[in-house]
Amino acid sequence: MKLFSESIEVENAAERPKDDALEKLHCGGCGKDMIADIAHANDSTCPYCGALFRQPAYKRIEMIVDSGSFIEIEREAESKDPLSFPGYKTKIASEKTKSNMQEGVIIGKATIKGQRTAIAVMDSYFMMGSMGTVVGEKIVIIAGFATMNRLPLIIFCASGGARMQEGIHSLLQMSRTTIALARHSEQKLLHVNVLTHPTTGGVTASFAMQGDIIIAEPKSLIGFAGPRVIEQTVKDKLPEGFQTSEYLLGKGLIDRIVDRKDLRDTLAEILGLHCKR
Amino acid sequence: MTNATNNTGVGAFTANKEKPWERVKNARKENRPQARDYIGKLFHGVFEVKGDRCFGDDPAIITAVAWFENWPVTVIGQQKGHTLEERMACNFGMPHPEGYRKSIRALKQAEKFSRPVICLVDTPGAFCGIEAEERGQGLIIAEHLRAMATLKTSIISIIIGEGGSGGALALSLSDRLIMLENSYFSVISPEGCASILFKDSSLAQEAAENLKLTASDLKTFNIVDSVIKEPEGFDRFNMDKIVMDLGRDIKRTLRRLTRIKPDRLVEKRHEKFLGMRGL
Ligand SMILES: [Zn+2]
Repeated sequence: MKLFSESIEVENAAERPKDDALEKLHCGGCGKDMIADIAHANDSTCPYCGALFRQPAYKRIEMIVDSGSFIEIEREAESKDPLSFPGYKTKIASEKTKSNMQEGVIIGKATIKGQRTAIAVMDSYFMMGSMGTVVGEKIVIIAGFATMNRLPLIIFCASGGARMQEGIHSLLQMSRTTIALARHSEQKLLHVNVLTHPTTGGVTASFAMQGDIIIAEPKSLIGFAGPRVIEQTVKDKLPEGFQTSEYLLGKGLIDRIVDRKDLRDTLAEILGLHCKR
Repeated sequence: MTNATNNTGVGAFTANKEKPWERVKNARKENRPQARDYIGKLFHGVFEVKGDRCFGDDPAIITAVAWFENWPVTVIGQQKGHTLEERMACNFGMPHPEGYRKSIRALKQAEKFSRPVICLVDTPGAFCGIEAEERGQGLIIAEHLRAMATLKTSIISIIIGEGGSGGALALSLSDRLIMLENSYFSVISPEGCASILFKDSSLAQEAAENLKLTASDLKTFNIVDSVIKEPEGFDRFNMDKIVMDLGRDIKRTLRRLTRIKPDRLVEKRHEKFLGMRGL
């Protein structure tokens, strides 16, 4: 079992090189280098060995929902700098350019095999999908939208945790998203989470673990604390495969592991099971 | 360039006025009163309930039913311990999943018997360990938040020392949030922030200034409802003044909250948090 080291390598590898005209990805699975756009056009999957790269949010939407059905809301929302944190504004600006995203999550409505749903997709290429006020607010908005329109809600999670540069305001998003989703749940509406690599920290400790159904992509890092923090705390090697999707499934913490190529079918099935009354 | 100048300016100003790092160190002082000290002084007839009925009992979270004046209340407190022995037994105040599961049990009983809940927050953070992960640390904090978000009885949370990250936040989703003057509430420890962002954990002081984690910062943000001033020489042997001030705040709050119908109370709690959009 080499799952853990692989997924970590994939993460490191996917840190994009700087001034290259054509961005490259290095596959931790087979060791090959490739052009990022080619890998992303192939569901962000390595064409040589099938290892999964982190998938940009708009690619995810393209792969999951019915073609042309996605209507994005709150596209322009962007982070303020509530603490005047050193370097934060510059950081946000460069992340925007790098990722072609306004923030770490996109939200909207769409259909999946004709079934209407609200959807949120986090993007770990934008500041590791960290949750600040805008990410939190957009989850609150889409939960409210789904509640008002009596829609199920699918959230693709990918996050390094709460965003430090917005301090307490980031932390509070755990409470705010929890409340918005509790209100959705009280109306007997379905909430499905898809956990992708990596899902950690404040996102795991709030909405990522609150779904009626929680599925995960294979070999994803999922946990509360990051592996390095735990290693430092326990001063010991971590067990093989620790904090992978497979490990969480074994511990009874998630429902199912679904291959990326099967996600659309699986989500359609789940929606179908919950929509007939 | 302008950015850097600005930030130095802001940092220096905050440092002089507030000394956030001093407050963090104060919040961690060994002889600072802890949950058990407050429980002994604020309440009477304390009946401690133990265990999560599933895995075990976590001494880092104390749950009890007790009298506050003539109100039966549920008390949930994070306990760090004073002596080294106590601290080790309490895992230095870092709860495991079973602690939060016990706390959820206490919350549900409070709702069943229409008892107000009083939470005493004091933790450097939820424990980061192999077993904690195995038993679903993230999941249980998420469930704790959900339980507090929907609880049909009043909740008062008081940050008495360290408000460390998600482990503290789990007990803070309340109708009224009170902080002691030298407590802090932060997304990450100043040391953690310094080592991740500044690549140097010795810059914790600078991180503490930038994180805006003091009680007065949080009052400015309207995240905390009241700040209790700490008298000179405040420690666990000299805490009567604080107990009196806290008691007065709790009493006033309970009088107000217990008049509100449970459904309306929850609605107001939701409005309060959903209204916090950051600056
Ligand atoms: Zn490969």
